[in-house]
Amino acid sequence: MPSVKIPRKSTVTDMTPFVDVAFLILAFFMLATKFKPPAPIEITTPKSVSSEKLKENDAVLIEFDSTGRVYFTMNTKKASDIDLRRDLINEVNKNRNLGLTEAEMQNFKNYSTVGSPFSQLKALLALSKDERNKVKQPGIPVDSANNELATWIGAAKVAFQGHQVIYMLKGDNNAKYPSFKGVIEALKSNEEFKYKLITDPKAVPYGTDLYVKRQSGKSEDE
Amino acid sequence: MADIDVSGGDSGHKKGPGVKKAKKLSTRVDMTPMVDLGFLLITFFIFTTTMSTPSTMKLFMPKDEKDPKDLTEVKQSGALTVLLGKDNGIYYYEGQLEPDGSNFKSSTYKEIRDEIIKKKKEVIAAHAHSPACEKLQKDAQEKGDPNWKDACRDRDFVVVIKPNKEATYKNTVDILDEMTINQVKRFALVDITDDENMLIKATEQSNGVQ
Repeated sequence: MPSVKIPRKSTVTDMTPFVDVAFLILAFFMLATKFKPPAPIEITTPKSVSSEKLKENDAVLIEFDSTGRVYFTMNTKKASDIDLRRDLINEVNKNRNLGLTEAEMQNFKNYSTVGSPFSQLKALLALSKDERNKVKQPGIPVDSANNELATWIGAAKVAFQGHQVIYMLKGDNNAKYPSFKGVIEALKSNEEFKYKLITDPKAVPYGTDLYVKRQSGKSEDE
Repeated sequence: MADIDVSGGDSGHKKGPGVKKAKKLSTRVDMTPMVDLGFLLITFFIFTTTMSTPSTMKLFMPKDEKDPKDLTEVKQSGALTVLLGKDNGIYYYEGQLEPDGSNFKSSTYKEIRDEIIKKKKEVIAAHAHSPACEKLQKDAQEKGDPNWKDACRDRDFVVVIKPNKEATYKNTVDILDEMTINQVKRFALVDITDDENMLIKATEQSNGVQ
C-alpha cells in the first residue's frame, strides 16, 4: 500500500546523561571506599559490635584461614624500623639453626609474611616476593606438640624491644577452635595475654545493655 | 548537567549564487564508548575496594594459675557455663553440671542472649550488699554510667565459655561479642571437659547432627 506512510521516529538516544550518572557513581566509589590491602590468603572475618578502629602500629599480625593454616607477619609503624624485621629473622635463624644466608634474610626484610614450618623456611625465602605470593604455604604448625608460632612470637618480642607491640589476630569464620587455641597458647607461652581480634563492624542490637550504654555516650573500657 | 550542542548536520541556508560554502560536518559525538568506559571503571572500584574498614575487638586472657589459692572465687549460683559444639550447636547449664546431666540444656545463638540476660537479672536480684559495693556504685554513678546500680552486683555473674574441637572461630567470636553486648564483666574462655563433650555428642546424635 504505497499511499499509506507510517511516520518514522528516530531511535537514536542521547547518551550524555548516561555518562553523567556513570561518573557520579564512580566519584562516589573513589571517595567513599578504601583499597583492600593485598593479602596472600583469603580470610572472611566474623562480625562484632566493637567500635574500636584498626590503628597503624608496631604490630605482629597472626592470621589463620578456614583450613587452620597460620601465617605470621611483622608490621612496623615507621618505615625506618624495617630493619627490625632483619633482627627478627636473625633471631629465628640463631634459635633454630636454619642456616639462612644474608640474601634470604634481606628477602624476609622486604616481605615478612611467613606461613611455613621451619623445615621449609629456607626454600621459601630463596624465592622472590611474587613467587612467594603464588606458592600455597602449608601454615605454621601450632599444635601442642610442636608450636613453632611460639618461637616466632618470642623472636618478635626480642626484635621489638622497647616498642609497644600489639598482637592482632585475624581469623576466618570457619576456622576451627583448635587453630585459635594453638595461636592463643603460643601467645600465652610468651607471657602475652592482651590481644586484638580483627572483625567486621556490626550494629548493636536494640534495647540491650550495650545499646543503652552507647546511647548515654559513655566510653567503653570493657 | 552537561549538554552538547547540536550544530550542523542539517544543511546550511542557501546563500546567494556564486558563494561556495564548505560543507558543515556534524559535531555530534556518539557517547556510547564513554559510558562503557565509565562502567568499567566502576566495576574495577567495586571489586578492589571495601566500604567498611575492619574494627578490632579486645581479648584479655587470664594468666594460667599454677597456685590454686590464687584462683578467683566464683559463687556457683552466679556461674553460667556455655558450651559450643559442631554446626553452630550451643548448650549451657547453670552452676555445676549435675552428675546425671539434668541441667544440661540446648539453645541457639539467638536464644542464648535471652538466657544470659535472664541469668544476669537473677544474679543481680540475689546479690548480697556490702560496703565495698557502695564504693563501686558511687564511682559508676559519678562516671555517668546509666546502669550504676548494677555496678557491684554484676560482679557475681560469671560466664564460662567452653568451645569443643568442632566449634568454629566465628562461634567463639559471636559468644565473646555477646559478652560485650550484654555487658558481662567477668567471663572466661577455657577447655571443655570430657564429660561435657560426651553430653554434647549424645545430644547431637539424638538430634541427628552428623
